[in-house]
Amino acid sequence: MSPIVIGLDHFLSLSAVLFGIGMIGALVRRNAITVFMSIELMLNAVNLAFAAFAYYRWDTTGQVFVFLVMVVAACEVAAGLAIILALFRNKETVNLDELNVMRW
Amino acid sequence: MEQAVHIAAVTRDYLVWIPLLPLLGFLFNGIGWILLREKLPRTVVNWIACLTVAGGFLFSVRGFFDLMSLPVGSYLHQEIFDWVVVGDISAPFGLVLDRLSAVMCLVVTGVGGLIHLYSTGYMGHDHAFARYFAYLNLFTFAMLILVMAANILLMFVGWEGVGLCSYLLIGFWYEDEQKAIAGQKAFIVNRIGDFGFLIGIFTLFLFTGQLDFYGMRAWMADPLNAEFLTKGTLLGVSIATFIGIALFVGATGKSAQIPLYVWLPDAMAGPTPVSALIHAATMVTAGVYMIGRMSFLYVLTPEALAIVAGIGIATAIFSATIGLTQNDIKKVLAYSTVSQLGYMFAAMGVGAFAAGIFHLTTHAFFKALLFLGAGSVIHGLSGEQDMRKMGGLSSKMPITFMTMLAAWLAIAGIFPFAGFVSKDEILWKAFSNSVHATTFNTAVYVVGLVAAGLTAIYMTRLMMMTFMTKSRMEHDVEHHVHESPWTMALPLVLLAVLSVLGGLLNWPKALGGSALFEHWLEPMWPGLHEAGAHAFSHALEYGLMALSVGIAATAIVVVFFLYRSHTDKIKALAENMHLFYEASLNKYWVDEIYKALIIEPLKRLSDKVLFRFVDVGIVDGAVNGVGSVTKLWAELWKRMQSGQVQTYALYMVFGVLLVLCVHFGLR
Repeated sequence: MSPIVIGLDHFLSLSAVLFGIGMIGALVRRNAITVFMSIELMLNAVNLAFAAFAYYRWDTTGQVFVFLVMVVAACEVAAGLAIILALFRNKETVNLDELNVMRW
Repeated sequence: MEQAVHIAAVTRDYLVWIPLLPLLGFLFNGIGWILLREKLPRTVVNWIACLTVAGGFLFSVRGFFDLMSLPVGSYLHQEIFDWVVVGDISAPFGLVLDRLSAVMCLVVTGVGGLIHLYSTGYMGHDHAFARYFAYLNLFTFAMLILVMAANILLMFVGWEGVGLCSYLLIGFWYEDEQKAIAGQKAFIVNRIGDFGFLIGIFTLFLFTGQLDFYGMRAWMADPLNAEFLTKGTLLGVSIATFIGIALFVGATGKSAQIPLYVWLPDAMAGPTPVSALIHAATMVTAGVYMIGRMSFLYVLTPEALAIVAGIGIATAIFSATIGLTQNDIKKVLAYSTVSQLGYMFAAMGVGAFAAGIFHLTTHAFFKALLFLGAGSVIHGLSGEQDMRKMGGLSSKMPITFMTMLAAWLAIAGIFPFAGFVSKDEILWKAFSNSVHATTFNTAVYVVGLVAAGLTAIYMTRLMMMTFMTKSRMEHDVEHHVHESPWTMALPLVLLAVLSVLGGLLNWPKALGGSALFEHWLEPMWPGLHEAGAHAFSHALEYGLMALSVGIAATAIVVVFFLYRSHTDKIKALAENMHLFYEASLNKYWVDEIYKALIIEPLKRLSDKVLFRFVDVGIVDGAVNGVGSVTKLWAELWKRMQSGQVQTYALYMVFGVLLVLCVHFGLR
């Protein structure tokens, strides 16, 4: 029985699974914080794919993108949490079903 | 064949002052009225208004003497600025003073100036005097542009300008709804005529490519071009005839001929000096002037000339019969004006252009005088216009009476007053011209003669009822009767002198004169052959003169005695000719017929078809239809916007999946 060699496929599969979990979470959870975290999960899934490609293709471009995504994610957290906080102060809820004032 | 006149343009820089001075007067008084209203001093307004027109008159006189010193065929010309320049079309803002426009300028500024002077007295009690004089000056300006325009486009500007001023002045007392409506009627009827005029201009330009009058004249002097205009057909008539008729339609509007004369009697709603200036002496003669100006075209088309003559003479007798029974002193004069204009057109139509323009000139003298005299009477009687409530004024208003006496004899055609000379010249030319067939000429002559007799009758009636019968005035009116101030009397006297002596300007050769006026204008219409005129003997001319004077004199004497001592017979006459009397009194119900045949159907068409169907149905329908379809479509899709961000995210996921499927599926 040959040892399992961890290759690119594994990383990509993990990335896809993480992305899927994140997406489902973002779509179905009603708590804004949870949705927010799910989005972070999706971003990190992508980061993982970038890092894996960078390693296996011996190309630093992927790593550069990872940094870029992390910076953007950090900014997003700052802005996003502030929005959720403001929402909560005004509406006393973070349930997305109840935050549907922008409808027709 | 006469010798071709050598046409030469001479540039003169002072021409611009003739129309510019009245324009400046208009601007001063108009802006003054807007800013200061009644606070603008009356004396300043009066002086500005009169002096600007008088200045125009002086420049016109200068131009007249200038023309006299230049060789025959020269004309004065000034190009002020480029006006319309489109491609190879060029219509500069140019003024022309030739022998024809010089006559017109002298009449417009001369008679017009006197009427301005008269107005200072007549409008002495009106609060909106600055507005009045501003309009009057604007009118003078527009009329001078019409007369002096070097091309037909500029003439049209003046043509519309005088129409506008006519509207403004008829409705001068616009607080009175009837008067405002009269102004609108004048404007609308004129617009109908102007449509024909425009068609004429367009057709003219289309076929000749010329806008400039002297350019057109030179172009048509070429036999090939003339043949093109006379042989080529348009809608079943020759091109020249078509243009001639279209332009004449414009003239029937502006100069109050059948069928568009209906506005002129109503135009009497304006102040009386306005009636004298615009609706007797100047504006309404614009159509006659236009035909004179375009004579080089009309000589190519005897058909159009026949129509001009026919309409003219028909109008002359038609409105004369209406004038017989009117009781409003101004209405009588209005129908008389329509009738006299008919004479002028008859003259133009038989190719006697000089006779037409001469009658225009003498008519400006005596009809302006008649209107101003009537105005003086109305002024003296505190606004009374009904002749049935006048009478016995000859002793109370001696100057008005004496001057109107001159005008009366002039318009009735009594030897040797101005009207006799000009009217007899027209009748003679109508009889003796070689443009039309003899039967046509005889018909025009006979109708003209009858109309001349009617003229004598209604004018005598007017004079009798106003001045020479016993007073029928209301007591308090009679108490206030006064002769008019000198500003009103002086124009009356001057115009009376002109009405008496005006005939000397064109004293006929048959009576030992030299027909100066006719010779003066001769270079204006080359190509006109008067061969037929010489086939008749002087004896015949004397005979016809005696006949027309005899008819007029008989009419005057009969009416005089009827009104003096046999008023019961007049009543009996009216009852005997009941049908005619009613028809004439009610103006042949023409207004009512127009209303029933044209205005009402037009209103119904506008309301039922154009408004309810076309506008509400089609136009509004299309606009609203686009709106409601969009709305319906949006109604269908608006539910997508649920406000649920997660639903939007789901759409996005589906979208991405779709793109991926398509992308990889199509591979």
